[in-house]
Amino acid sequence: MPIIKGEVRIYREEVSCFAVRMRSRIPVILLACGSFNPTTNMHMRLFELARDHLHQTVLPVEDTYIPKFPGRYQVIEGIMSPVSDQYGKKGLVSARHRVAMARLALETSDWIRVDPWESEQDTWTETVKVLRHHYNEALRAFQSKKEFMRNKHPTESSTVDSFPCQQPVLPELKLLCGADFLQTFKTPNLWKEEDIKEIVEKFGLVCVSRAGSDPSQFIQELDLLSKFQHNIFLVREWIQNEISATQIRSALCRGLSVKYLIPDSVIAYIAQHNVYTAESERRNEGHLLQPCRLQNTAIKPLRD
Amino acid sequence: MAMEDPDRKTEVVLLACGSFNPITNMHLRLFELAKDYFHETGKYKVIKGIISPVGDAYKKKGLISANHRVTMAKLATENSDWVEVDDWESCQNEWLETLKVLRYHHQKLLSADVTNSLQDAVPITKLGRKRKQEPNRHEPIKKKNQSPVVKSVPQVKLLCGSDMLESFGIPNLWKLEDITEIVEKHGLVCISRAGNNAQKFIYESDILWRHKNNIHLVEEWITNDISSTKIRRALRRGQSIRYLVPDVVRAYIEKNRLYSPESEDRNAGVVLAPLQKHASDPRSSQALNN
Repeated sequence: MPIIKGEVRIYREEVSCFAVRMRSRIPVILLACGSFNPTTNMHMRLFELARDHLHQTVLPVEDTYIPKFPGRYQVIEGIMSPVSDQYGKKGLVSARHRVAMARLALETSDWIRVDPWESEQDTWTETVKVLRHHYNEALRAFQSKKEFMRNKHPTESSTVDSFPCQQPVLPELKLLCGADFLQTFKTPNLWKEEDIKEIVEKFGLVCVSRAGSDPSQFIQELDLLSKFQHNIFLVREWIQNEISATQIRSALCRGLSVKYLIPDSVIAYIAQHNVYTAESERRNEGHLLQPCRLQNTAIKPLRD
Repeated sequence: MAMEDPDRKTEVVLLACGSFNPITNMHLRLFELAKDYFHETGKYKVIKGIISPVGDAYKKKGLISANHRVTMAKLATENSDWVEVDDWESCQNEWLETLKVLRYHHQKLLSADVTNSLQDAVPITKLGRKRKQEPNRHEPIKKKNQSPVVKSVPQVKLLCGSDMLESFGIPNLWKLEDITEIVEKHGLVCISRAGNNAQKFIYESDILWRHKNNIHLVEEWITNDISSTKIRRALRRGQSIRYLVPDVVRAYIEKNRLYSPESEDRNAGVVLAPLQKHASDPRSSQALNN
């Protein structure tokens, strides 16, 4: 049995304070935006790491299966949102392929899915807008679930994370990203300050960084980020697994193996559809990224 | 698939020895990287990969039963058409030196080769020995008119990471004569991260330097540090190991609850088999570096 399910089972048998803690767990949806060009094992690892971190299943000091304190959160869903073709990044292949590959990669996951909404928009969509869209979707689902439960007998609640007497808790949507994404807040003309504020204040960030780096200093250096640091979760990846999509594409173009770095099903898809070639790599060459193009008025860069 | 002239390229078999406790995506990557490397040279053709998990008698701390380790490796290579698992080493009652495993597989290839050649030259010669049919081996039909001894035998090379290479320097772990025979008669393929110390390590040893042409250093540009130790640690802490090991391996570990604080304590305080064996052998204390 996966340890998360086991954890819930243990708590079901507890009568006392754990039950109280369970009731107050906040459901979280993790949203990752990116090119996913292609989806790699590392992309999927980000979700797993983030979920473990938010669940805080074990106190770091002791090596034991029995969790002592549950985290405040219960991650209920992961969403991969590939960017639309209009993003204009060099080497970006058609969204149709990128969504298909993500779908194949996530076939074996029971909690992460790909959502093509962003990729289907006519223009490039700001990250904050993608967050708003998915939050509204989650809100709608939440309202209808509340309605559903109100109409049902209380003891028949079917969700694994709710007790018979528990009211459904409003889910939170958090942006899942790597430390390099966080650093882009510094890039002039790339972000609107009000967007960054909305992301960290209203939604929240779960930022995964590799063993050597520590983004907490960067967060301290920016007033906007340090103000909302309680809503920025820093996750350390101790098992280095930096499979950049750029390196994958480069390996593919050279006829080198990428087996065990990306799922077999994605490798097969790439071969079948001849997705990555020297030509595809030259797409958008010399073009400016769409977000940079849009910010043609002087935007105050985030600098303190 | 184009038929290549087997006389022009040296056939290579990659042999990876280790605990595989458990097998990870990183282990599997080693094979892919080595194969690509050899093919790019234009001089070699990798025909097979062999994973040989160490026997329980190795007595490494945290080493779980060979049965599980072999099964997981087999699950992991189910969908590989050229990498397979060999459990001969793991079935031995005593710990075996890596060189002996190399010699065993080299001998196995020699016999298979002789059988292949003999089958064409002479009416059936039964060796009374099980031989695995390799689907991608060249059919020796071409060789019908040639004498069996002319065909060159595939080379078995030891595939490893830079940690194994550098373990050559650990006192009493390896016999100097073993290291010599490994690099002289067989060859080493060492995968390491960019900017590592492998080259320097080879430079500092006369024996390794002498046979450096038979030590192939392959750089792994994609940082992929998925060690079994970290996997076991994550499992003890209830953390996810998805996408770090093949899914079938993850499922097998979960189903059998393989790794725990108890399993990690196995062999605690026990001396590692090679150290035990070589402790009294003066030959083992010969230094690798001069």
